[in-house]
Amino acid sequence: MAKFSVRDRSDNSLVGAGSGSSRGNRGQGYWRDLDWILLVSGLALTILGSLLIWSASRADLASETDPHSYLKRHLINVVVAIALGYVASRLNYRWLRAYTPIIYGVSFFLLLLPFVPGIGVTVAGARAWIDLPGGLTLQPSEFMKIAIILMMAALLSEPQDIEDEPSGRDFLMALGAAALPICVILVQNDTGTVLVLGTVAISVIAVAGVRSRWLVALIGGSILSILLAIQLGLLKEYQVARLTSFISPEQDMGASAYNANQARIAIGGGGWFGTGLFEGPQTQGKFVPVNESDFIFTVSGEELGFLGSLVLILLLGVLLWRAAMIAWKADDQYGRLVATGVLAWLAFQTFENIGMTLGIMPITGIPLPLISAGGTSMMSVWIAIGLLQTVRLHEVRAAI
Amino acid sequence: MSERSNLRLIVLGILIFSLFATLILRLFYLQVMEGDEYRAAAANNAVREVVEPAVRGLILDQAGRPLVSNRTSIVVTINRQELNQESEKKGNEVITRLAEILGTTSESISERLLPCGTEGAPKPPICWNGSTYQAVPVASDVDPQTALTIMEKRSEFAGVTAKLTAVREYGGPFEVNAAHILGYLGPVTEEQIAEQGQSDAYDRLRRTDTIGRSGLESYYDTQLRGKPSVTTLEVDTLGQVTATIDQKPAVSGDYLVSTIDAKLQSVVEEQLVAAVQRAQGQGYPGDSGAAVVVDVRNGQVLAMASYPTYDPGIWVDGVSQKQYKSLVKSDSLSSNATQGLFAPGSTYKVVSTAAAGKEGYSLYSDYQCPKKLTLGTQTFRNYESAAYGRISLAKALEVSCNTVFYGLADQMWEAAGGNDATRDSADPIADTASMFGFGSPTGIDLPGDSAGRVAGRAFKVQNWEAKRDTWCANAITGYPETRKTDPKLADYYTALDRENCADGFRWREGDALNAAIGQGDTTVTPLQMAMAYAAIANGGTVYEPKLVKAIIGADGKVIERVAPTVKSKLELPKSTINFLQKSLPGVTTDGSGETPFIGFPLNQIPVASKTGSAQVTGDKVSTSWFASYAPANKPRYAIVMMVTQGGTGSKTSGPSVRKIYEALFGVDGTSVNPNKSVLIGGAPSKELPVIRPDGTPVTPKGKMSGMVTAAGSN
Repeated sequence: MAKFSVRDRSDNSLVGAGSGSSRGNRGQGYWRDLDWILLVSGLALTILGSLLIWSASRADLASETDPHSYLKRHLINVVVAIALGYVASRLNYRWLRAYTPIIYGVSFFLLLLPFVPGIGVTVAGARAWIDLPGGLTLQPSEFMKIAIILMMAALLSEPQDIEDEPSGRDFLMALGAAALPICVILVQNDTGTVLVLGTVAISVIAVAGVRSRWLVALIGGSILSILLAIQLGLLKEYQVARLTSFISPEQDMGASAYNANQARIAIGGGGWFGTGLFEGPQTQGKFVPVNESDFIFTVSGEELGFLGSLVLILLLGVLLWRAAMIAWKADDQYGRLVATGVLAWLAFQTFENIGMTLGIMPITGIPLPLISAGGTSMMSVWIAIGLLQTVRLHEVRAAI
Repeated sequence: MSERSNLRLIVLGILIFSLFATLILRLFYLQVMEGDEYRAAAANNAVREVVEPAVRGLILDQAGRPLVSNRTSIVVTINRQELNQESEKKGNEVITRLAEILGTTSESISERLLPCGTEGAPKPPICWNGSTYQAVPVASDVDPQTALTIMEKRSEFAGVTAKLTAVREYGGPFEVNAAHILGYLGPVTEEQIAEQGQSDAYDRLRRTDTIGRSGLESYYDTQLRGKPSVTTLEVDTLGQVTATIDQKPAVSGDYLVSTIDAKLQSVVEEQLVAAVQRAQGQGYPGDSGAAVVVDVRNGQVLAMASYPTYDPGIWVDGVSQKQYKSLVKSDSLSSNATQGLFAPGSTYKVVSTAAAGKEGYSLYSDYQCPKKLTLGTQTFRNYESAAYGRISLAKALEVSCNTVFYGLADQMWEAAGGNDATRDSADPIADTASMFGFGSPTGIDLPGDSAGRVAGRAFKVQNWEAKRDTWCANAITGYPETRKTDPKLADYYTALDRENCADGFRWREGDALNAAIGQGDTTVTPLQMAMAYAAIANGGTVYEPKLVKAIIGADGKVIERVAPTVKSKLELPKSTINFLQKSLPGVTTDGSGETPFIGFPLNQIPVASKTGSAQVTGDKVSTSWFASYAPANKPRYAIVMMVTQGGTGSKTSGPSVRKIYEALFGVDGTSVNPNKSVLIGGAPSKELPVIRPDGTPVTPKGKMSGMVTAAGSN
């Protein structure tokens, strides 16, 4: 593992002079300097998501003793996730960079755990979960997303000598840091996460400013390997079917086409204003499968209508706009790449998740950030928001 | 930060922005533009109907005996929804186990589960035509022990149910067949569903319905079917009921009270077979036939039979492809009585006589009856070239002298203009025939009633207009294929077509002569013939024949009494009808109808009749006709029987008609005893049958119930 320079570029900044960064008012500065728009839109999305999960899950649990048990568990996850996000935002930039290899190592170790019999759990064909005591499950690939971003950002922001671009060695190491876990996740059958990580890796490498021909080779190679995988039958038949069934769901009534069709009926039925929360017949009748996690957008579409869903999409848009601005304004390569990674990750997941319910993307099992149920996803996204804040705080302080 | 990094971040930003714009546009399209469609789909998704067909109404004979009833059968059904919830392996095991205890193959069960139109599914009626939520019947008449086994081992037979279901039972009293009258049920067709259009009425036709496909079952299907019980449920995706939205109780189908008498029907069916056998005994093919008995006073059909026939019960469990093919091949599916078209031969002479009377020709003068009449190159002969010299018209009817009617027809043809006549010139014989009801459907309450054809000027023009193009084309090409092997024949055909092309519309003298004796292009159904003779009998009213005299509810309440319907009136001078009424009994006493009635008490029951031996194109044996009514002095019943390729009317059909009269009037040797009539009380019942509260009809007691012999059948 490479040894990183823990030198922070801002230390050398010429604009470092000024007041307001004394230890005494650090706490006050933290709250003042936070990206409040990012925080508020994240909180709003989390609340909206909880409402949708409530609506989707109460129908499932109507006959149980406590129809709200699912919601309660979700809310506990939310509290833990926000706490972790807060911790992440408080992390010392230097410390974070120094410990990145350890974070990466631990995450990778966790990623291997689903293979251990008795610990690993298979959900919807993907062996990507591990059992925890107390009936909880953990999806280590969610943490791997963060680890990969941090690792790639660290590798690609190594100080360069003359040229203002990463060296070939850094490029290859970053690529390897992404490829290794991607291969493991591919074996776990979690195609959706592979696509997310691939997009993240390409985006980070692109924004790192690598030579154009490397970038072209990387994108071309990715596309080629997907085609090759289909051609050589490396992808199982159902995986291909899942990827192609979105084209004409009405004709093929296989399970995934059924999902796509029911999802469209639910969303299409919502109209301008929706049926109102708890009132959607498709949602309450459980016609749309897994509508508290992967298909949660159908609940919004049906019960909140076009206007409600537009608010949801716009909130996600605001979140991503803030991430993009943090990346743009980042005063160093490392911060920019971390923010870019988070931006690409959340953007791709949002587009893929909503796109599949609208029938314009293939069906894969990835959650809608901050909205879908699933504790690990909620935690990793809030940690990512925390990291964005860290970058932001660093940048603000550097600017002062 | 490098320029390159900035640029790429901007590109990434734009990319993400455009993806979000795509999402919003797509969302707008789905929710706002196409929303209505999806809302309808959502509503459909959550509502399920559970449909139980109503008990189908019975068809009773005029005395209350059930001609068609319902019996219960244990039907095994498979609910595909439940079966599909099992794993594929388990599902297959269920089917294999079921096939084993039903004594069939798992393939034959599986193919019934396939929805029609899916890949690999067999053709209807084997494939499943219903909804996914309806249980698919895979076996009927399952023995109770097997049914019990299935119901007890629920876990081994997931999704399989055995339940009692009402199925149709044909084969009524006296082992009557009446297949062509009663018809049969079959699955509803796509066309019928389409015809119904978009309907959400609860009693609309559904793909799973069976409906009448022929006969009374078809004509009165709506009344017989009743209304199903429909429970509309709101369900979730697992099919679990969340609410009952609507519940409509079943309304039992209405009962038909037929004009048919089961006992008489059995006699008529028997006698038709006897006539066919008589034809075959003479060495003729006797390949098909029909017999009709009608009440001349109201047009009610008391019995009607067609040969060959089939067992209507074969449809109950679904007919196989092989059975269906053999039915079609044997020509037994259509009724010769209402759909068969035959040359009427001499029975048609009553029409020519009536036309002559209408045109003012003397019916009481004497006419020459030479053995033949020559017209250019054509010779028109009498039957067996008999000559009778100068005879009365009545005598001409009795002995069926063709040449007398040729003469009359020739005069009428000349009077209408002869060869110079236009298309609109008079055509008294054709006009009179139409008055008798020939050339148009009788209006009987059965589907597929044939119109037949009246040869005449109008027909010639119509025919010419339809065939002119072919004729003219052939006249030019000159049959090149035939010419290769037989140039002479080709010349002949060409000349014929040239003539037809030029003036095939012309009503020629030869056509007129042929038409007068029921030959040439004229075709009639036996039922039309019966209604025509009934009209002579009743003094000039052509009734629409009816097979149903009343429709009553399952509770016995009378819903509708079918009143006699007049189809047309014979607009003839009273003297003309009188002449026919006076002359026709002579046919039976002194004419061509005499032989079969030797020994019949004609002094007590005079019979008016007319025989016919219609020539058929080709070298086929003539069609045997016997048309009649009785008692001639107080007409009550008209009987017509015919056998194709059966020989003469008198030899083949006549004796059977006599037997039917004997059964009707209770003739025993030379004595007449109405108590011995096959009709209870010697006449059709004036009262409607009584229905018990449990829905069963009160039937005649003892031997007259007809059920003694029928017991154990089927």
